[in-house]
Amino acid sequence: MVELETVTPFFADKQDVLDEILGRYPEYGRRSAVMPLLWEVQRAERHVSEARIEEIADIVGLHATEVKGVMSFYSTYHEHPVGKFHLQVCSTLSCSLAGSDEMYDFISEETGLVNGEVDREGLFSLQKVECLGSCTTAPVLQVNDTYYENVSKKRCRKLLEAMRAGELPEPWRARSGDNAGIEQAEVLGEGSDV
Amino acid sequence: MSTAVADTPKPITSRKDPRFEVTMYKYVGVENAWTLDFYQSHGGYETAKKVVTTMQPTDVVNEMKRSGLRGRGGAGFPTGVKWSFMPPDDGRQRFIVCNADESEPGSCKDRYVLEDDPHQLIEGMIIAGYAIGATKGVIYIRGEYYLAYTRLYDAIRDAREAGILGDNIFGSGKAFDLILHRGAGAYICGEETALMNSFEGLRANPRLKPPFPAQAGVYGLPTTINNVTSIATSVHVMSKGADWFANMGTEDSKGFHHVQLSGPFNRNGVFEVPMGITYREIIYGLGGGPKVEAKAFIPGGSSCPMFPFTDEYLDMPMEYASVAKAGSMLGTGGLILIPKDKCIVDALYNIVRFYAHESCGKCTPCREGVSTWMPKMYQKLLAGLGEPGDLELIEDVAQNIRGRSFCVLADACIMPVQASIKHFRHEYEYLIEHGEPMYKQKSWWAEE
Repeated sequence: MVELETVTPFFADKQDVLDEILGRYPEYGRRSAVMPLLWEVQRAERHVSEARIEEIADIVGLHATEVKGVMSFYSTYHEHPVGKFHLQVCSTLSCSLAGSDEMYDFISEETGLVNGEVDREGLFSLQKVECLGSCTTAPVLQVNDTYYENVSKKRCRKLLEAMRAGELPEPWRARSGDNAGIEQAEVLGEGSDV
Repeated sequence: MSTAVADTPKPITSRKDPRFEVTMYKYVGVENAWTLDFYQSHGGYETAKKVVTTMQPTDVVNEMKRSGLRGRGGAGFPTGVKWSFMPPDDGRQRFIVCNADESEPGSCKDRYVLEDDPHQLIEGMIIAGYAIGATKGVIYIRGEYYLAYTRLYDAIRDAREAGILGDNIFGSGKAFDLILHRGAGAYICGEETALMNSFEGLRANPRLKPPFPAQAGVYGLPTTINNVTSIATSVHVMSKGADWFANMGTEDSKGFHHVQLSGPFNRNGVFEVPMGITYREIIYGLGGGPKVEAKAFIPGGSSCPMFPFTDEYLDMPMEYASVAKAGSMLGTGGLILIPKDKCIVDALYNIVRFYAHESCGKCTPCREGVSTWMPKMYQKLLAGLGEPGDLELIEDVAQNIRGRSFCVLADACIMPVQASIKHFRHEYEYLIEHGEPMYKQKSWWAEE
C-alpha cells in the first residue's frame, strides 16, 4: 500500500478570506480570482506549492496545469520558498545609472548568494528584478513588499545588518520635486540654487 | 557633437511658482492625504457628485473631448475620443478599466497618486464610468506597488461605506463599484489587451485587435481603458472646465504633464508641468542640470528613442508633435539622463535585456528577435568579441522586427536601439574595433 501524504487545505479555516476574494468578481468571472488566491497563499507561505496550486484550481474550477500556466507567466510568484527577507534589486536603466549593478554585487558578496538563490537558513534570498517604478529615487531595493529608496552603500550595509538581526526596518521613502508635499517642496525660481 | 551651453533659464513651474498651479499632484506627499476625511475636507468627490447628479454622460464626453487631453500612459490617444467609442447601450455590463500597471522604465508618476491620493483616482473612475455608461470599474495595479494597493484597498472600502461607491452613489439611484486587482510582475500587462487577459486569470498574452476593447474587452464586454493620470486628470477637467485645461500648454498639446527625472540630475523628482515647456527648462530649471557631463536623454520612458544632449533637442518644446517630428515620443514623461561616461552600448543592453525579459513569447519577431537575438548580439559586443558586420547584423535584425510584431513591445525595444546607433554609431564601432568600450564602467553608487 502506498501511503498518501495528506495536506490540510490552505483555505480550510479561511472561508471568510475566500468569500471576500471570490466576491470581488462577477459570477461569470470566477477565474479572475486565480491571481489574488495565489497572492494570499504566497504571502503566508513565501511560495505556492503543488498542493496549493491544486487547491486553487479546485476553487476556481480549473485544472492545476492551467493555474500553473498563469503562475509561471509572472515573475513574482515563487514555486519554491524564498527567504524570510526576499531581496529584490532593481536592475533597469535608471537604477543602474545610480549604482544598482554595484549594489547587486555588494549584496551578492555579503550574502553569498547569486540571482535566484536562497541561503541555507532561509534568511535571505536574492532576485534581480526589472523596473520597480522608483526611478527618481534610485537605486531601489525591495525587501518582501517594502521599498527602500536612494540606497547608498552605507545604508545598504545597515539594512543588511538589521535584517541579520531579524528586523525589517521602516521603509525609506525619498521624495523630491512635486511629490514631496506642499511644505517640503523646494522653492524654485528666485533664490534657486540653479 | 557640440554640448549645450549650461545657461540657466528661470523655471516656469513648481508648487511655489505663481505662474502655474500644481493640480493633480497638489496633495501628493501630504501626510494623511490618502484618507477619505482629508480628501472630502479638501473638496474631494464634489466634482463626481456634480457630474453624476446634474450632467448627461454625453456632455461629460464632449467636455473631455474639448479639453484636448491625450492619454498619459504613453500612446497619447485623445481621452474624450476614446470614451466616445463605446457602442450604444444594449443592456450588457460595461467596464471602465484603469491601467495602473505602471512599469515603463523611467516612469513613476502614477505611483505617487496611487499611494498618496487614491481617492482622486476613485473619483476619476466614477466620472469616467458615468461618461461611458459603466457601472463597474477595474483598477489593475502592478503587484510590486504593495503600499499603493493597501491604500487603494482601504480607500475603496471607505468610499463604499460612505455611499460614494455602491448601488446608490451620492444618493442618485445610480450604481458604480470598483474591483481592485493586483498584478504580479509583468511589463506586458501595461498593454491593454494583455492586461485584460491577466485580469481574467489568463496568461497575459496580448489579444488580436480588432475587436477593440470598446467592442469586446473585459470578459468580452464593452470596455474602456485609461491610464491613472488620464483618469485622475478628468476630475480636474470636469471641476475647472475644459477651457481651463485647454488654455494650458500649446495648440498641439493641451494641459499639464508630469516629468519624472532620473539619472544623474542635481535634483531628481516628479514635476507637474504645463505642456510646451522646453527640455532645457525641465533639465536645468527643475532638475538643476546634469550632475556630470551628459551626452543623451530619453524623453519619455525607455521605449522612446533617445536624443543627443545638444541645443537642438534641449530647446525643443515638450509637446507630442515636436517630439514626434524629432524622431521620438513624449511617452510617459519619464526623462532619463545618460551621462557621457556611460557606454551607450551598455546602456542599450540594459534596455534590450529589459524587453527580452518582458517579451511574452507569443509572436516570432519578438520571441526570436527581441528575446533571443538582440541580447545575445549585445552580449557579444560587450564581451569584446565583436566582429566587422555585427553592427550591420543588429541593424538588419532590428529593421526586420520593427512593425512586424503582434503588439508594440518589440517596437519599444527596437526604436531605442535604432536611435542609439543613429546618434552614437561611433561608440558601437569603437567597441567592435577595440574590443573594449569607449567609456569604461565607472562606479555610480553613492557611498553615503
